[in-house]
Amino acid sequence: MAVNSRLLSYEHKDTWIHDLSGVTKLIFFLLWCIVSALTYDTRVLLIMIAVSAAILLMSKTKWNQIGAVFKLIMVFMILNVVAIFFMSPYQGCQIYGSRTEISHLFGNCYVTKEQLFYLFNVVIKYFTIIPAVFAFMVTTDPSEFAASLNGLGVSYGISYSIAIALRYIPDIQEDFHRIRNAQEARGIEMSAKAKLSDRIKRTSSIIFPLLFSTMSRIDVVSNAMELRGFGKKKKRTWYAFRPLRRNDWMVLVFIVVFSVWALVFTFRDGSRFYNPFL
Amino acid sequence: MEPIIEFDRFSFRYRSQTEPSLYDIDLKIYPGEKILITGPSGCGKSTLARCINALIPCSLRGESSGTVKVDGEVPEKAGIFGMSKKVGTVLQDTDGQFIGLTVAEDLAFALENDAVPQPEMRERVAQIAGTVNLQKLLHHAPGELSGGQKQRVSMGGVLVDNVKILLFDEPLANLDPATGKRTIALIDDIMKMKEVTAIIIEHRLEDVLYRDVDRIVVMQDGRIVTDRKPDDLLCSSVLTECGVREPLYVTAIKYTGMQIRPEDRPQHIESMNVEPYREAVRKWFREAPVRDRQNDNNAILEVKDLCFSYFSGEPVLQHVSFTLKKGEMVSMVGRNGAGKSTLSALICGFLKPDSGAILLDGKDISPLSVKERGERIGLVMQSPNQMISKPMIRDEVGLGLTVRGIPEAEVKERVEKTLRICGLYPYRNWPVSALSFGQKKRVTIASILVMDPDILILDEPTAGQDYRHYTEIMEFLLEINRTTGITILMITHDMHLMLEYTDRAIVIADGTLVTDDTPAHVLTDDAITEKADLKKTSLYDLAVRCGIPDPSELAERFIAYERADTKKEEEVPADGR
Repeated sequence: MAVNSRLLSYEHKDTWIHDLSGVTKLIFFLLWCIVSALTYDTRVLLIMIAVSAAILLMSKTKWNQIGAVFKLIMVFMILNVVAIFFMSPYQGCQIYGSRTEISHLFGNCYVTKEQLFYLFNVVIKYFTIIPAVFAFMVTTDPSEFAASLNGLGVSYGISYSIAIALRYIPDIQEDFHRIRNAQEARGIEMSAKAKLSDRIKRTSSIIFPLLFSTMSRIDVVSNAMELRGFGKKKKRTWYAFRPLRRNDWMVLVFIVVFSVWALVFTFRDGSRFYNPFL
Repeated sequence: MEPIIEFDRFSFRYRSQTEPSLYDIDLKIYPGEKILITGPSGCGKSTLARCINALIPCSLRGESSGTVKVDGEVPEKAGIFGMSKKVGTVLQDTDGQFIGLTVAEDLAFALENDAVPQPEMRERVAQIAGTVNLQKLLHHAPGELSGGQKQRVSMGGVLVDNVKILLFDEPLANLDPATGKRTIALIDDIMKMKEVTAIIIEHRLEDVLYRDVDRIVVMQDGRIVTDRKPDDLLCSSVLTECGVREPLYVTAIKYTGMQIRPEDRPQHIESMNVEPYREAVRKWFREAPVRDRQNDNNAILEVKDLCFSYFSGEPVLQHVSFTLKKGEMVSMVGRNGAGKSTLSALICGFLKPDSGAILLDGKDISPLSVKERGERIGLVMQSPNQMISKPMIRDEVGLGLTVRGIPEAEVKERVEKTLRICGLYPYRNWPVSALSFGQKKRVTIASILVMDPDILILDEPTAGQDYRHYTEIMEFLLEINRTTGITILMITHDMHLMLEYTDRAIVIADGTLVTDDTPAHVLTDDAITEKADLKKTSLYDLAVRCGIPDPSELAERFIAYERADTKKEEEVPADGR
């Protein structure tokens, strides 16, 4: 069971992306998200999709590491797109300053080329970020990441809590599976067969036992940490700490140059949108 | 020589409790000694340990009087951090103690906190990995390690600090018997390599005595009852009076009516002088009752040629077949990760087999859902905290019926009937939180029994329980087995449980069924105990050393004798209660 449940968690593989420092990956990831959030320039976005996809491929990430979360994001994306389409059907026309009707739906609701193009941009924005998020999560060793955060000046208490949360997530997932199985055997059906309202009501039969076993675990862990001197000194060193290397610097230079270029390219005409309708 | 640990008229009361947990403790421990502190649950042995590593009073507050000194310092003044340089504590829960994401990081944890520079840290980690034999596992995550390996990581993690005192809090509680034995041997080896004092808190006396200890401190109700050499202690009746189980061979010799003498060195059966007791044991053997284990009932559960793997090519279970007869009590044993839990998950339907069949009352149960199987096969998990979800006992026990839409009146009637069987009727309106661990365990068993299943599967029903609670839980299971005729399958590490309470043992090793035989035969067979990481019972050694022709029969008769004994005890006060 433990083997199946390692969703979106760090897995050691031998690729140059895994070898990068956690800080490099974090800075890359943050700048990447900022650029993606700011620009609506289709050309920039398409380049970013290509780069993101390449990163994900190079990191040798397997579908079973990310599949379930990917599907969930897709559901939200579709909801988002549908909501934009019906809530403000002329958003695209306002942005691009023209109106090219394709067909009439109902009332005063028309499908326009501008709206479709705008929604296309929304969708590809998702796809610039998703692969980068996945690659970041599955290739970053949490302890090394905590160490490098601490190196950047974040307090080690905060840095370590990230590492320790990741350390215990698999244990808690396993507890969850065991508790759910046992409760299901008692007749508390949590599968899709039961009604949604029942499922929500019955979640308590899993949440409470999970909460109690997790609380007692926290108690043991915090005692164990204290007994081995955690929090004793103002500073601490890290076994997993890795200094920045040549590849790290190259990636950092790349992302800074890329971000500057992407923003200049996008805002050169004073608008964040690329307008093919002019 | 100056003692390294000294308690002088020390008493302690937790802030949340009205009665003190320790009274007038006077104890001196000298450098290099190996001390076993034993006693029933709640006797104060863990509290005593916490006074040594300064968890008391720095983290757990309360009132104390008298003094404690550890290596010349007062723990209260040195604080938890100060004491962590002197005292290395190995906790019972090896999972909780494993803080790092890999073995190497966990070993380095104390050094990291001490801000040791990275190159020196790596060197010391490599060195300590050698001491506890973990060199090849340095980059493994906790999930990839066995219980024994995790225990070695725990030990390495405290040894890396060059501590003077090693404090073990029930180190054997979560380990299979063979791993427990190796742990005790490792403690001994470490003491030879490094100059440390070891304090072991444990109620599994016989397992700790696998290697010599210098003194045994017996505690009861917060006081030290006795503090003496193992050979002397085993000759007295203090252990039995305090509710600590003696080594089985010692009990067996005492049953013969002989008085054991310290000069015969009863600490280990292998090196004990059995000559003076030989005739008495043989005579007792001839006269002891023979145990009757015949069960001619029909099969209730048949497992046929079951195979399972999470990933193709990596089989977890291979061609497992066995049968449970109606009304049997059977144990399933084998080391951690041998496939026992997977097998019970297959029976309950949490997992689907690759091939093979499971028959209940002769019918294939593969079409049944988890819920439908749950009505016939009940699973009780190891810790009650993993099952209890309702605040009130009555609601918790009735939960399985309520969700099946059974009318309220019938639920009430069945819940009350079950509570009576389980001895919980007086508490029916209590909140679950007011119950003891053993009572909570009963609640979880009741919440399964209420559905009237044919089979009860229990995962480690007595893990971490002292002798009294162990007996309480097992006698209760035996009673419901007798009164309701329910078939009981127990997954266990406890060799005593298997020997005393079950008719048959199914032994699993590396995903295959090794044997399916009486516990006495299993526990006296070298090849099987070796393969499945079990531990041979010391009764077998006693029988061999006394020249009894069929050595495994001694274990059988010993259990039959004890059973007859407890029955007599039960019958006397039954009316008067």
